[in-house]
Amino acid sequence: MMIHKFLLGMSMLLPEQASSYAADVDNLYLFLVGLTVFFTVLITAAIVYFFVKFRRRANDPIPAHIEGSVLLESIWSIIPFIISLFIFAWGAKIYLEQYTIPNDATDIYVVGKQWMWKFQHPEGQREINEVHIPIGKKVRFVMASEDVIHSFYVPAFRMKEDVVPGPNRYSTVWCEPTMTGTFHIFCAEYCGTSHSAMIGTVTVMSEKDYQVWLSGGAQQGTMAERGAALFSQYGCVTCHKSDATGQCPKLEGIYGTEVLLEGGQKAVADDSYIRESVLSPMAKIVLGYKPLMPSFQGQVSEEQLQQLVAYIKSIGPAETPAAAPKAGAAAPAAKAPPIMMSGSPEPAPVAPTTTATTPSPAASSQPVQKR
Amino acid sequence: MKSAISQQRFNRDGEPQTYLNNGHGLRSWFLTKDHKRIAMLYLVSVAFFFAVGGIYALLIRINLLAPNGLFESDTYNRIFTTHGIIMVFFFLVPAVPAVLGNFLLPIMIGAKDLAFPKINLLSWYLYIFGAAFTVIAVIAGGVDTGWTFYTPYSSTYSNSNVLLAGVGIFIVGFSSILTGLNFIVTVHTMRAPGLTWFRLPLFVWANYATSLVIMLSTPVLAITVSLLAIERVAHVGIFDPAIGGDPVLFQHMFWFYSHPAVYIMVLPAMGVISELIANMSKKNVFGYKLVAMSSLAIGVFGFLVWGHHLFVSTQSVYLGIIFSFLSFAVAIPSAIKVFNWTATLFKGSISYDAPMLYGLGFIGLFLIGGMTGLFVAAVGLDVHLTDTYFVIAHFHYVMVGGSLMGFLGGMHLWWPKMTGRMYPEAWARAAMVIQFVGFNLTFFPQFILGYLGMPRRYATYPPEFQVLHIFSTAGATILAIGMAITICYLIWSLKKGQRATPNPWGAAGLEWMTTSPPPTENFYETPVVTWEAYDFTVVRPEDVTGMAAE
Repeated sequence: MMIHKFLLGMSMLLPEQASSYAADVDNLYLFLVGLTVFFTVLITAAIVYFFVKFRRRANDPIPAHIEGSVLLESIWSIIPFIISLFIFAWGAKIYLEQYTIPNDATDIYVVGKQWMWKFQHPEGQREINEVHIPIGKKVRFVMASEDVIHSFYVPAFRMKEDVVPGPNRYSTVWCEPTMTGTFHIFCAEYCGTSHSAMIGTVTVMSEKDYQVWLSGGAQQGTMAERGAALFSQYGCVTCHKSDATGQCPKLEGIYGTEVLLEGGQKAVADDSYIRESVLSPMAKIVLGYKPLMPSFQGQVSEEQLQQLVAYIKSIGPAETPAAAPKAGAAAPAAKAPPIMMSGSPEPAPVAPTTTATTPSPAASSQPVQKR
Repeated sequence: MKSAISQQRFNRDGEPQTYLNNGHGLRSWFLTKDHKRIAMLYLVSVAFFFAVGGIYALLIRINLLAPNGLFESDTYNRIFTTHGIIMVFFFLVPAVPAVLGNFLLPIMIGAKDLAFPKINLLSWYLYIFGAAFTVIAVIAGGVDTGWTFYTPYSSTYSNSNVLLAGVGIFIVGFSSILTGLNFIVTVHTMRAPGLTWFRLPLFVWANYATSLVIMLSTPVLAITVSLLAIERVAHVGIFDPAIGGDPVLFQHMFWFYSHPAVYIMVLPAMGVISELIANMSKKNVFGYKLVAMSSLAIGVFGFLVWGHHLFVSTQSVYLGIIFSFLSFAVAIPSAIKVFNWTATLFKGSISYDAPMLYGLGFIGLFLIGGMTGLFVAAVGLDVHLTDTYFVIAHFHYVMVGGSLMGFLGGMHLWWPKMTGRMYPEAWARAAMVIQFVGFNLTFFPQFILGYLGMPRRYATYPPEFQVLHIFSTAGATILAIGMAITICYLIWSLKKGQRATPNPWGAAGLEWMTTSPPPTENFYETPVVTWEAYDFTVVRPEDVTGMAAE
């Protein structure tokens, strides 16, 4: 049994290449392995040769003084520098690919907590420590932590991103699965006692199987529908009126647009902005409104918050009605404009722009998502 | 300058005068201001903590023999945290500077002592004081945060002895700072007549560069640990987002110290290697100035790369790319050193003695450690590698393969100078080979484990990783046997070793121009240096043979 596993393991010194960028990562890895072997052999051969040829013999004279060589030292400074530049550029290119989230990605919402992973599909399915996604579809993981820092790691996808707690950010990462099968999910950032038990699986299914899977099981509405219910339950609706007569900004059509703030700053109403507005409403006050809203920190769970975000998104410029259609049809979130995530609470810097997939009069530019 | 052997003085009992027999009893040791005695105090202390840290390493490896682990997760978490804290703060940081640097730096520059002998003794007491807090933390139940103390786990969630360990690290930091200060002032003000900066041994250059890094970075560690303590005790929101803090801020501050700390750990060992390679091949170091300057360059660049620990910590993508670029920049001076050391061997007279074996072992392991540094500096690849066993393997190749090999090599080269006794050569060569094999068997499989996705700090793991873990544990056992052999024969040699001549290796450097062990004042007459570093023509044969010229 163990021998069998060993042979299987040795035949695969790389994990499965199950995402669109996995092969790119492996190519750089294999190039670097080759480079390491080359330099190790080169230096080792030189050392062994010198070691044998110039070994100390009885009555060796004192070896001649050799000062150094500007030419040689320049060569072995400049060549490593050029090689380094090349590897740097290669690594940076892959990094941009890994962290530039495509516009047409479907959202899966992830909550990390000591010590489990919880997933929500826009269609309403909820999973713990396992998540099902279709092959060949781009998936964006929108992640929040309930407690400490976790890290969402799927080795087969070469995908990893820390899930950092805090009211002002979601962590996001994306992948496009290219192979059906079941792969490990690991928490890669040490998070306490059962860190090593904070593991799970991601199952990549064919589109057909995925649709079957989606339609199975009891559901209590899509995420957006649940969000709509929460919107009433928490009384949000009493101030955020849809006819803009409330004491607070109207939220219809706001998702993904640029919001003018008190103090002249601007912010993009993305997932992180909505999250921050619920948890620390005083952080960013919309121009012309009074800071009236209480914080919902501690009252709304991370999963409910994600449902609220899904609801706000569903009433965004995509013109989807509040009660989003049931699963099966293309998920409304898939059409939502890309959002800007920022590692800092400041308004995100201007990022490269692309044409909006869902035109909106208020959104003059649609930033490609980067952290 | 007369040969050391002809200057030898004798005390009233007819024994040669040395720093070791100038005063007896505990008081003469614990209140000493002699840098050599303080170095020996440090040697005993760091050796103790190395042994403790090593035992914890073995416990880690034992746990990982089985996929479900042999210890409770909580126990395992405390074991790897203790291993990390002890090895980093109480062995790797002080080992080479506080033992070999303390002993040799004044002698190498022809001085009688460090600039501030009392502060030097204070450094050792601070080390012991800080270590006491950490030991209490471990005995009182341990710490489970990992040596990186990431918030908000460490500041809010962990119910282990974070504060005690933090206080220990805070205090031991000042021990490093004071040693760094002492070295810098000493090198600037106390060099012997004629000993210009570019005649300094490269070991002095390396310790000088290290001291600068220590002075500039360690205060940031003190600040970070203090803020952590303030948040933990007074619940002031600094790092915990639940009370208004930012957890990633902690990572920036922590690595602003802890990445330079990597160079604090490895630069002095690089200095040792320059001495080993030169002296054991009787060649001047190829491209002396470039090697000296590369130490300073590593020190400077080391401050600009902390963000490469945060590639997946929601740091801006553009910041990640900049830190990646700067990390590649720091690779160049390291590469230069490896090439220059190799070129030094050319047309040398190469000894096969243990110090040289350690020197070559260092080059081989540091080469792999350095090359795998390129893997983790390449930002898109590091996304997959970070927080896996690949990183564990990488930094153990640098820290154990580099710093520990350097430390052991230096201990063997200067053992006769420090103790007046030769170590048994055959045992030493055998131990080195055992350690080299054991080390590679321990850590090479971890590169593969890491690429396959095995995360670090896992008490349990999926069964497909077991075979590689078993290899690794087997290697650790061999490595431990090798270390035990070294500790045994070094202790044996204190009494039974052959007496050392002033210069048993025929090495160049002022430390070989005084007796073994040196007298308290190091030199009976202040040396006047008229030669360049690593000039083997000034080696006096009578110091090598120990026979006074007729």
